[in-house]
Amino acid sequence: MSTVRLLVGTRKGGFVLTSDGKRQDWTVEGPFFAGWEIYHMKGSPVDPNRVWASQSSGWSGQVLQRSDDGGKTWTVAGNKFLYEGEAGTHQWYDGTPHPWEFKRVWHLEPSLSCADTVFAGVEDAAMFKTTDGGTTWNELPGLRKHGTGKDWQPGAGGMCLHSIVIDPTDEQRMFIAISAAGAFRTDDGGGSWKPINKGLYSKYIPNPTAEVGHCVHHIAMHPSKPRTLFMQKHWDVMRTDDAGENWSKVSGNLPTDFGFVIDVHAHEPETIFVVPIKSDSEHFPMEGQLTVFRSKTGGNEWEPLSRGLPQKDCYVNVLRDAMSVDRMDECGIYFGTTGGQVYASPDGGENWQAIVRDLPAVLSVEAQTLP
Amino acid sequence: MVRVELPAHLCRLAGVGHEVTVAVDAAPVTIAAVLEVLERDYPALEGTIREHETKQRRAWLRFFVCEEDWSHVGMDAVLPEVIVNGKEPLLVIGAIAGG
Repeated sequence: MSTVRLLVGTRKGGFVLTSDGKRQDWTVEGPFFAGWEIYHMKGSPVDPNRVWASQSSGWSGQVLQRSDDGGKTWTVAGNKFLYEGEAGTHQWYDGTPHPWEFKRVWHLEPSLSCADTVFAGVEDAAMFKTTDGGTTWNELPGLRKHGTGKDWQPGAGGMCLHSIVIDPTDEQRMFIAISAAGAFRTDDGGGSWKPINKGLYSKYIPNPTAEVGHCVHHIAMHPSKPRTLFMQKHWDVMRTDDAGENWSKVSGNLPTDFGFVIDVHAHEPETIFVVPIKSDSEHFPMEGQLTVFRSKTGGNEWEPLSRGLPQKDCYVNVLRDAMSVDRMDECGIYFGTTGGQVYASPDGGENWQAIVRDLPAVLSVEAQTLP
Repeated sequence: MVRVELPAHLCRLAGVGHEVTVAVDAAPVTIAAVLEVLERDYPALEGTIREHETKQRRAWLRFFVCEEDWSHVGMDAVLPEVIVNGKEPLLVIGAIAGG
């Protein structure tokens, strides 16, 4: 029987949660890298036991960890992230030029075809790549230098490249998202990039339909429909069906369309999940009721899913990389909260249970389905 | 041999106890020279005490020498003999932060 492994990054360490295909009983291992912030952990699709972890702290900066045995043991990988050439400036919160400064790796996206190749999305926003198993990292400077970089501005969480989505039918095509610059696409493996934000409307920026400046929180794709992307923007849930050329709003009947996470069912490309959050100043669920919303129509028509989730006095947040799905026959959905809970639904969102309740604040959750 | 005491999070990262000893051949012996050898012997520490490119001390770490804060003295200041001969350790301290 297949098993599921969850890689959970938290404010104070990483955890590995495993279960059999029933996904009722879980084993919790960790904390790994205790005391450090683990922004993201992710396994290679080519070799699932090759797992990466982004480890950082205010005291000692960035460390990259690599495991070749599914997270049992770890080796320190290269941590030299140097911007290519003159770093230049972006806009600061007050609109003045501010030098690009590396702070941390937010997201690690392993290649779909090579276990030694990984992409890293970093703050201040840029994309790096390793092709030697993490020993050395080189920037893909075409993103920062394509022309709009000087106009990018940080969001409240920093100017981070937090989402990387690779087209499984053409790995030269990738989509990324930056807070608060927007979404971008490359069709040549990261050499050149273009903003893909047409259709986004952000009333909190001077020009609500600007080419860049939108606070995109997360993007997701189903591998069978690589031209369709779903986006949780600061406010608004959006979709595109032409690889980002045009976006349309699909918030529909959501009670609030602010939020951070969005993900797609493993077997149903038009079934998507979000966790609505009350507002940008009140980062918790409406009425203290933690509720996942599911649309089986690719947006617009949403249904609440709350069976097993706390329905009173719940004031946690669910951060942008903290939702994931497995690929079991009956798709499992997982998310972690800033209150340290990790919730699992083994049946597509109908029923939920807490796997763990008292971890440090959860930053990221990634599910692996193992043979 | 120079003794270097590290903060707990770096001890775990490097897989060492709270104190390590490093053989510094350079003369004079400075903080920069000690860190060069430390990073050579324990590559996991590269970039975690000082920045890769600028070699500047990371802002939330401090250097203490003989009960004095040497964080702003400069990486190239010559360390006292009691540090060089290992009678006293060079302390790398994590600044108190986080509330």
